[in-house]
Amino acid sequence: MKIKSLFLLASAVLLIGTGCANVKPWQREHLADYTMQADRDPLGTAQKEHIWFSREEASGGRGVGGGGCGCN
Amino acid sequence: MNTSLLKKSLLAALLAGTFLTARAELKVGDTLPDLASFKLEGKLPDSLKGKIVVVDFWASWCLPCAESFPVLDELQKKYGDKLVVIGVNVDEKASNMDKFLKKHAVSFTLVRDSGQKLVAAVSPETMPTSFILDGEGKVRFLHSGFHGEKTHKEYASEIESLLK
Repeated sequence: MKIKSLFLLASAVLLIGTGCANVKPWQREHLADYTMQADRDPLGTAQKEHIWFSREEASGGRGVGGGGCGCN
Repeated sequence: MNTSLLKKSLLAALLAGTFLTARAELKVGDTLPDLASFKLEGKLPDSLKGKIVVVDFWASWCLPCAESFPVLDELQKKYGDKLVVIGVNVDEKASNMDKFLKKHAVSFTLVRDSGQKLVAAVSPETMPTSFILDGEGKVRFLHSGFHGEKTHKEYASEIESLLK
């Protein structure tokens, strides 16, 4: 039982400790790149939104994290 | 499976994760580490003792940094010998910095923290971040980000207050 719980704890620490990359504010050079923007093609985004709305009767919910320089 | 054990394990792991990623940020009242000990590229002023110093951390990919440059340059020109503005570039590639400086030429001191050691030691919470130091090298004011005229006015009044 004790070994099992230790194993569980170690697995959880490993999963959480290594699963997320902590990007520091001064390391956001690549995230700040134009190609990292989710909506770099506004026309394409509008077309996808229209298709999504007319086929699925749904819209929005496209917001994702990731890009941007995180400045200010 | 014991669910309470699982919950405890996850909580412990989360706490450990939070602790391990916690950063020691340079705050108002702290003393800036000795810049000369960080092997920065570029020439630092011979002595900063007794001078008001603005240390600004910036990167070429940061738009507010570009906005802040003319303001910092103007302050350097206005206060002359009484003030030393030091721009610390944190770009991974020197070529990006050079390209940026061709567009945004300034007269104040510029150095490059190529190993990102100084910036890691100071751990600013955003880009740009500037520290205004008194004559003893102690951080008296801190600016996270650059917010146009508002920050410009704050810089001027803070520098004036330190010069009195």
